[in-house]
Parts: sequence; structure tokens; C-alpha cells
Amino acid sequence: MERPVTLHVDGTARKLSVDTRTTLLDALREQLAVTASKKGCDHGQCGACTVLLDGRRVLACLVLAVTCDRSEVTTADGLGGSGSPHPVQRALLEHDGLQCGYCTPGQACSAVGMLDEAKAGWPSAVTEDPRQNVELTEDEIRERMSGNLCRCGAYPNIVAALREAIR
Amino acid sequence: MTQDVGSGAVGSPVERLDGQAKVTGNAPYAFEQLTEGAVYLHPLRAPVARGRVTEMDTSAAEAVGGVRAILLAGQVEQLDTRDRELAVLQSREVAFRGQYVGAVLATTPENARHAASLVRVSCAASPPDVALEGDRADLYAPEVVNPRFGTDTEQGDTDSAFEEAAYFIDRTYRTPMEHNNPMEPHATVAHWDGGELSLYDSTQGAHSVRATLAPLFGLPTDRVRVQAPHVGGGFGSKGLPHANVVLAALAARSVPGTPVKFAVTRQQIFTVAGHRTPTIQRIRLGATRSGELTAITHDVVEHTSRIKEFAEQTAVPTRNMYRAANRRTTHRLAALDVPVPSWMRAPGECPGMFALESAVDEMARECGQDPVEFRIRNEPSEDPETGLPFSSHNLATCLRRGAEGFGWYDRNAPARSSPDAAGWIPGVGVAASTYPVFRSPGSRALVLAEGSGRYRVSIGAVDIGTGARTALTQIAADALGTEVSAIDLRIADTALPYANVAGGSSGTTCWGTAIHEAAGKLRAEHGSAPLPGASAEGETTSNPESGRFAMHAYGAQFAEVRVHADTGEVRVPRMLGVFAVGRVINPRTARSQFLGGMTMGLSMALHEEAVLDHELGHVVNQDLAEYHIATNADVGAIEITWLDEQDPHVNPMGSKGIGEIGIVGTAAAVANAVQHATGVRVRQLPITPDKLIS
Ligand code: FES
Ligand code: FES
Repeated sequence: MERPVTLHVDGTARKLSVDTRTTLLDALREQLAVTASKKGCDHGQCGACTVLLDGRRVLACLVLAVTCDRSEVTTADGLGGSGSPHPVQRALLEHDGLQCGYCTPGQACSAVGMLDEAKAGWPSAVTEDPRQNVELTEDEIRERMSGNLCRCGAYPNIVAALREAIR
Repeated sequence: MTQDVGSGAVGSPVERLDGQAKVTGNAPYAFEQLTEGAVYLHPLRAPVARGRVTEMDTSAAEAVGGVRAILLAGQVEQLDTRDRELAVLQSREVAFRGQYVGAVLATTPENARHAASLVRVSCAASPPDVALEGDRADLYAPEVVNPRFGTDTEQGDTDSAFEEAAYFIDRTYRTPMEHNNPMEPHATVAHWDGGELSLYDSTQGAHSVRATLAPLFGLPTDRVRVQAPHVGGGFGSKGLPHANVVLAALAARSVPGTPVKFAVTRQQIFTVAGHRTPTIQRIRLGATRSGELTAITHDVVEHTSRIKEFAEQTAVPTRNMYRAANRRTTHRLAALDVPVPSWMRAPGECPGMFALESAVDEMARECGQDPVEFRIRNEPSEDPETGLPFSSHNLATCLRRGAEGFGWYDRNAPARSSPDAAGWIPGVGVAASTYPVFRSPGSRALVLAEGSGRYRVSIGAVDIGTGARTALTQIAADALGTEVSAIDLRIADTALPYANVAGGSSGTTCWGTAIHEAAGKLRAEHGSAPLPGASAEGETTSNPESGRFAMHAYGAQFAEVRVHADTGEVRVPRMLGVFAVGRVINPRTARSQFLGGMTMGLSMALHEEAVLDHELGHVVNQDLAEYHIATNADVGAIEITWLDEQDPHVNPMGSKGIGEIGIVGTAAAVANAVQHATGVRVRQLPITPDKLIS
């Protein structure tokens, strides 16, 4: 079964017809040729596909495209807006928070979403007092970024980059 | 033979040249090519681990809309190969569960997957044999171990030496089956058009994929083109072409003119993309009263598949690491109904050094000596196996510098710490790292002057995340006496000169040497300001010094752990690695290589274990939710340093490989630290809580 949807991808409205089984990830990658969102597992276990959906980080492989009609989808390519990299992406570059780069667009989207969550006061599993403002210590960053696997092992550089991006 | 030309590009922390494209998601990987008009492949897999396919009923699958073709084992074009891993769909025999027995091609991935699920595969099955034990009656000695090392070695008389030893230990260590799991699953876009086969493939070697595939399909090599513009990690699993590439090409030939896209799923990776064999390693050490090793034996048992042999060289590092007059190393294999094992980051060194460096730690304690000092005391002055001098050997300096930097000498007495208020017991451990300097001949590079001081440098090498693109550009700039920005490097395409596979930590050596040669020739023939169009080609030869020196990289790794007294949970808040790897081409990307290696080593120490079902023959935990790899929260502070090591013998750059040494020894350092904290010696990886709280 197919359904028409309109996705606002990185600021551009895209109309397409999707199979109701199609994930947001496959709609982006295979139908719209938007490949900044990567497929590492297709099962919500690696974070490579992370995008911002109406401003919140989601795993695009676990979202059906048909449910995203009229939604804003931001991939790593659109994070900075106007074609320049987001400060988080610049920090990742400076700290060499990547090697093969396959997890990296997902790390960048996840980090931007994570910073907003922290700003909004969302606690994590390592937050000591949920009533206080969240301070993004290294432990907080590590915990909040643990849904994004990196087999190249760039974690310490990712943490250093995000510490800098916060400043 | 190091030459001091250069602009200072080598040795400077140049930012990763493809970094911006990668952080914004604009670097294209294999599966992201040629989507227009492509069909999607979903494979059919053997539902049993041993037997043969008797029937495949495709009627329901054929009725699914958009299905373009269905390929079935025993009913496809004949391939010219004796390699039974690559003889894809050539027969209906099943050698391991999950083996490809067919494929469905459809116009959308959803339809391909759905149709594949409707094909009914019937098999005649017999019970599989997948359990590795050290006392199996069918263990055999392979002819060589990977890549070409002797299977067994024997020096002196170990039995008498053990008799006479003041201290003697006899221990058995086990490492599990492990999977490389690069974040980018293996993927191919194959296109058979006008008599040419073109592939975009996620591979460590574009040229090696071509060299493997062309004869398989009876094609001259110039009719096959392989490109690998960006590769999302490999760690060995994309080093040798596996069945998935052949299946994609086979499918493309069945639908001429239409590109076929095939991404191996994460689950399938556990069966078709290689793995590290489990190992059972018996180590015996004998030492004098003053703590000098007199005898070492390292006897390894591991598995291979029934259809193709891969013999991991697990005991090989033991041949060179420490001095001892009497030594024996052996490798024995059991051929089981398991998927085909292959390279995984530092095959041999990685599991072998877990055992050796654990045993050395045990022996140091036995002798009442400090583990750092014990290792230094037993350093060889020349290669114990060949008697050759080392081209450079700075393990002792790594150990000493590391011990100082880590605060090693301030540590508590072994296993004397009591838990802190939160229940954590601290401990520290050390282990040595090593990796050989490999160099294969044959890589070629072309340097072309483009005018205005610019150069195009072409070589068919691949950057799988190592930073090769950046390092090779630096090497070229240095050799041409110019800036990095004046170099236009072209890689990752068989249309470019031949390059060896990215493996054995030898990429920079093999490719950099060719670039260095080509640049030197260009300058010799055309001077330092060549006219546009002037070009020269360089080729990497075998190292003329290889018969005169033993060449290895070394390192020392220190780990601090906390073990929870009640739960047995192990945390690793701090690690330090000190390496002696010759000249470092790019300190920024090199540091990431070491970090990545040590992180994978930590992951091996605490998390990684593929569990084979002995009845059904498959990996039970075949995804990233069940097969754990280290996450961000598992990794603490990791400090990396290296010595300013000069080695004029390895290659013109003076560099040794760095891709693999970082994983070697990490797991032993962690296990040794856990022993220091708790008094419990874990000899079977991974170090899970159950092994600490019985
Ligand atoms: S691809 Fe979505 S989480 Fe892995
Ligand atoms: S950079 Fe390779 S997986 Fe993260």
C-alpha cells in the first residue's frame, strides 16, 4: 500500500509516495537520495541513522515514513543551515572525533538533540539530582551519547569535541 | 634510507581531508551510488548448519509485485573457482547455517525482503558440529598459519628446561569467537553493462576485489572496475572479498543493464563477513630464581570452517617477544560446521598477546617481581627466532615512560585494596603490545605535474577510516617538497595504479613507498619545477633490508580498573598507551588510530563474545543489542603518547604500521588490572561479572 507524504528535509519540502512499510531512513536514502543519515543496523541498535524529527533526535530506521507527513527532518547535512557546518560538527572535526565517518552524521545529530534535551532539563541515568539544572559533565555526555555506537572508537574525541561545543 | 627532502608536511597534525564531508554526511559510501533504476537484492540463507537444500519453492515470492529475478543455488552461471567460500550458489551443499542459497531481486527493498521471506527452503539436515574443544580427536596441523608463517617452531629442549626451572606455570587461556562489526555493513552496488562489470564496494582493497572477481567470472581484469570512495570501517572483515560481493556480481549478470544494490544486514554479517576464531591457548613458562625466562611454550587450538581454511597465527608473537633459550609454538585446527573465519584487527597478535601477556604477568607475580621490570629483564637483544638484530626495539622505553606517566609505582600492593564507600575496588595492570612491520611489493603510484606547482597523485589505495587519504597526501607533499594543498590525491579506484589491500598495518608502508618513489623519480628526471604534463611512476619493491633485520613495532599499555565488590562489574576509568612505531606521519589521525585500537581492545576485554548454538549452529547473539561492543559510556580517559623513534630500515618514511598495534595487549592489561584489584585471574574473555563473583 502506498501513501503520499510531504517531508520537509533540511529545509526543503519533498513530496513522495511511500510504501507503508518504508522506514523514514529508507525513504530518505533510497527515494530522496538524502544519504547523510546512515544505516548501520536497521534495528535501532546503533544510532547511525539518527536525525532530528521536528527538533527531537530519533532513529530513522525505527520510524515509518508514512507517519512523518508534514514533519521537519534535519539530517547532518542540514544541521548547520545555510550550507555551513554546525558548531558541533566543527568541533568534531577539530578534535578528530571520527575515523571512517560512518557513525559521524548520526553522532552530530544526536549531539545537537542531546544538547537541547539537557538545556530543557531532561535527566539521564547518571544525573544525580533531577531537580537541578543539568550540567553536562563528561559522564553526562558519555551516558547521553551511548546510543550512538562508534566501532572506530572515537569516543574520547567525541566527548572532548562536545565539551568544547558547549562552551 | 630515510631521505630528508620535505616540506614538513610529514609529522604535522593535518586535519582529516575528508573530515568535513564526513561530519556533514556528504561523503558517499558504496551503497549510496547509482540508485536510479536499481534493483535491491535480498538473499536467501540456509536454515540448517549442515546438509543440503532439497527444494526451494518460489511460487509465492514470484507473485510479489516488482520482483525482477530469483536466483537459486545450483541454478546459476558457473563460476571458475576452487574457493568454496566464493563458489556462491554453485551447489546445494550447506556448510554453515546462514550460507547463501539464493537471492531475490526486486524494485524496492521492501518487496525484495518480503518476497525472500516467502521462498520456502527445504533441506536434508544432519546435526552440526560446532563445538571447539582442546582435546578433539580431529585436530590437525595446517601447512602454514596466516599469512605465511610456519605452523610450529621448536628451539632447545623445553621439557628439561621446565624440569630445571625455579618457577614454572602452566595455564590455559581462552578467547571467544568475535566479529569485526564495522559500522558500515558490507555493501555492493554491482552493474553489468556492455560486457563490463563495475562495482562500488565497501572494501579494504579495490584492486584485490577486482583480482578475485575477474577470474571467477572469466573476465579479463580490464573489464572489471571496482571503486570504494568511502568505506565505513573494515577491521579486516572487508580485507578479503566475501560471498556477498560474489552474490551481488552474480545477480548483476542476471539483469544486464540494471544496477543491483546489496547491503548485508547486521545479522548476516555474523555469518558471511568473517570472524575471529575462538582460541584455546596453553602457555607454559619456566624461569630462574632471579626471574629470567628459560622456556616458553605456546600451544594453540582454534577453529576453521569445513569449506575453507583460515589458520590464525595466534602463537606467532610469542616467537619474538621475550628471551628464552627453549621455546615451542604450535597451532592446531578443528574444521567445523561454522562460517569462514578471517582477519579481525591484529589476527594472531591480538588473541595471542592476551594469553602471553596474562601469563607473563602471572609469572612476574610468581617470581615476586614487578611486572614492568620483569618484562624489561626478559627483553631479547636480538630476534630470538632468527638471531637477526632488530631494526629498532624500544619496548623498554615504552614501559618505563608509561610507568612514570601512569603513576605505576604508586600503586597499592596486589589485591590489598578494600572497596570504597560505593563498593568499588581499584586495580592497575600493564601489558606489552607488538605488531610486525609488513611490506608487500607491487603497489604503484603515478605523480603528474599539473603546472603552477600543483601535482596529481594517483594510487588505487583505499581509506577505510585510517586517515590514509590525509597521510598519503602529506607523504606526497613532503616528497615533492610542497604543501599539502598543492596535492590532488586520487585513490579508491581500480582505474588508478595497483595498490595492495589495506591490511596488516601495511597501507602507509606499501602505498607511501610507491608515492615516495614516484615523486623522487619525477624530481630526478624533471627537476623541482617540472613542466605541466611531466609524470613519473613509482613502485614499491620488497624491502631490501628485510633479510638483515627483524622489524616490529612495540608499545606498553596501562589500565586502571574498578571492580564492584557486590556485582562484579568492571569499569575502566583510565588507560595509557605508549608506542614505538617509527615516524608518525600525522599525529592527529595517528592518535585516533591508537585510541580506536585500545577501545576495541577494551571492548574485547569486557564485552565481546559471539555465542554459537551447538544444536543449530548459528550465532545466537547476532546483532548489536546482544553482541556488545564498547559504547561511549564504557570508555573513560585514554591517553596516548609515542616515542620519537627513528628507524631507517622499514621504508623511506621511517614509519611502522599503527592500525593494529593499539588493540594488542589491551585485554591483558585489563585482565591483569582485574587480578590486581580482586586477586581473581580471569583466563577466559570476556571478563564478565559471573567470572568474578563466584
Ligand atoms: S540504523 Fe538505525 S539505529 Fe542502527
Ligand atoms: S567513525 Fe567509524 S564508526 Fe565512528
